[in-house]
Amino acid sequence: MELERILLKGNQIIGEAAIRSGCKLFFGYPITPSTEVVEYLSAQFPKRGGDMVQAEDEIGAINMCYGAACTGNRVMTASSSPGVSLKQEGISYAAAVELPMVIVNVNRCGPGLGGLGPAQSDYYQSTRGGGHGDYRTIVLAPSKAQELYDFTMDAFDLADKHRNPVILHTDGFLGQTMEPVWLKERPEAPEYDRSWIVDGAKGREKRVLASYSLTNEIGEANNLKWEAKYKHIEETEQRWEEFHTEDAEYLLVSYGTTGRICKSTVLNARKRGIKLGLIRPITLWPFPKKAFAPLIDNLKGIVTVELNTGQMIEDVQLAVQCKKPVYLFRRQGGMLPTEHEILDDLMSKFDLTNEEA
Amino acid sequence: MCTDMQRIAGRSAGLTDVPFTFCPGCTHGTIMRLIAEILEELEIIDNTIGISPVGCAGFSQDFFNCDFIGAAHGRAQAVGIGVKRSLPDRMVFTYQGDGDIAAIGTQHAIHSAARGENITSIMVNNAIFGMTGGQMAPTTLDGMKTATSPYGKNTGTDGMPIDMPKILATLNGAVYVAAVSVDSPKEIANAKKCIKKAFKVQMAGLGFAFVSVLSTCPTNWGISPVESLSWLRENMMPIYEMGELKVTEEVAKL
Repeated sequence: MELERILLKGNQIIGEAAIRSGCKLFFGYPITPSTEVVEYLSAQFPKRGGDMVQAEDEIGAINMCYGAACTGNRVMTASSSPGVSLKQEGISYAAAVELPMVIVNVNRCGPGLGGLGPAQSDYYQSTRGGGHGDYRTIVLAPSKAQELYDFTMDAFDLADKHRNPVILHTDGFLGQTMEPVWLKERPEAPEYDRSWIVDGAKGREKRVLASYSLTNEIGEANNLKWEAKYKHIEETEQRWEEFHTEDAEYLLVSYGTTGRICKSTVLNARKRGIKLGLIRPITLWPFPKKAFAPLIDNLKGIVTVELNTGQMIEDVQLAVQCKKPVYLFRRQGGMLPTEHEILDDLMSKFDLTNEEA
Repeated sequence: MCTDMQRIAGRSAGLTDVPFTFCPGCTHGTIMRLIAEILEELEIIDNTIGISPVGCAGFSQDFFNCDFIGAAHGRAQAVGIGVKRSLPDRMVFTYQGDGDIAAIGTQHAIHSAARGENITSIMVNNAIFGMTGGQMAPTTLDGMKTATSPYGKNTGTDGMPIDMPKILATLNGAVYVAAVSVDSPKEIANAKKCIKKAFKVQMAGLGFAFVSVLSTCPTNWGISPVESLSWLRENMMPIYEMGELKVTEEVAKL
């Protein structure tokens, strides 16, 4: 069968992928630069089946997701940084009840109201749980339109597979850019255990989905259970892309929009005889620690390229156990670096001017 | 000799065997029993999903014999809407306290009513935060002493009591709004009638149905159970508008 190719804005692609993933429920609140997701679905659901609520606020939206997820049906919400902050209590509850749901964060720059430009300043919030309590959400970081489509579909599958909220961590640059996308159809998702869902106790005992721990003993048992799940996810779901890493002496680590820019930096460096490679994390949690072990001995140094004050750099330092120097190159406040700025910075940090071809 | 034994009383099938754990004289148990009987009479126990809040009302998830979801504080209606939109043919009700609905979760009550969400919400109003140990609520009466209004509620700075049913009745999507009490057998019978109607509204798909039930909290009011019933009658009933505040034409036909 010939694949269909369409041209849409990044945010609309997320909506299209959600529909094609079998998601028929969306609860959200408009916020720039994520708004096209809710707009797209409000136009498409009436024609293609599905229901949505433009909620009274982000808190309402995430709690509607919580209720819908309890019934075992696929559900999504989308927002941007301040809106995602408002959702955090609900995400914590969803993690505690182990609910599959997809939460899209089209990052703005922050803190506060911030601006609309591309940023990665919510890296900590996405990868450290974000809300109260000791929990994790799986975090996927697309870097182009096709990945917005593919990873949205992956997000639903991962959420069902692990019974856990999944965050699609993108930014305004990706959300607002129009790019062509192949509308790949998904193979049928495997049947996941549905013995936990709440849909009316017909012919069975009643079920309760709640997260209150009546005793400390129950509380500890619950936390140990969740910890085991998070460890399993860390072991089995690390994803990343490698670009010219085979013989790399220097390494860039960058995801999302900057991960894409860094590919040009790598190619330019190679033209100058600098053995530069790139690791582009695809899962931000679990962080792809496994990517570093095979490369570490050959490396002279690493630079993380981020759109924040240096957040992912901590995970890279942990991944290489500080055996090699790890530096940061960053732009902030909605500004993007050019591939040349990144290379100039790398060359000055490692005194590489003499290696130019 | 009686050969045909007829059951005239007993524990409702809408309740589990778990004994109520409420303080002596608390009327939560009475209200839960009424709802359980209604679930049984309407034959919807196995087609209903209840949403429990945070606070004393949160224990409802253990006592009702239907599926239940525990919501974050104030969010029961939002959670219920998520369930109802996902499974429109199931019955969904929220069982919440006045702190849950009239304080931390007010926006969801207002907008459930505005959108005419087809769920049933029961608010148990005892004019105080019970679970946390008797602090002031938006429903606390003028001059009432609580843990956070130890000199008596000063309505000048703390606000006048919020009459939630009255507010919700002004919104078109709220098709049935009632304020009832469970302080006497007569009022209990009336409360059951109104709560049952609120469930029937949902069964007919007519819109948002809301029933506020005045309730006692002897422990945190610091008076006996019997005195609490009198206190409710003498102090709460004059402040909160009672009766069926909103019955649309369609609901009246039910």
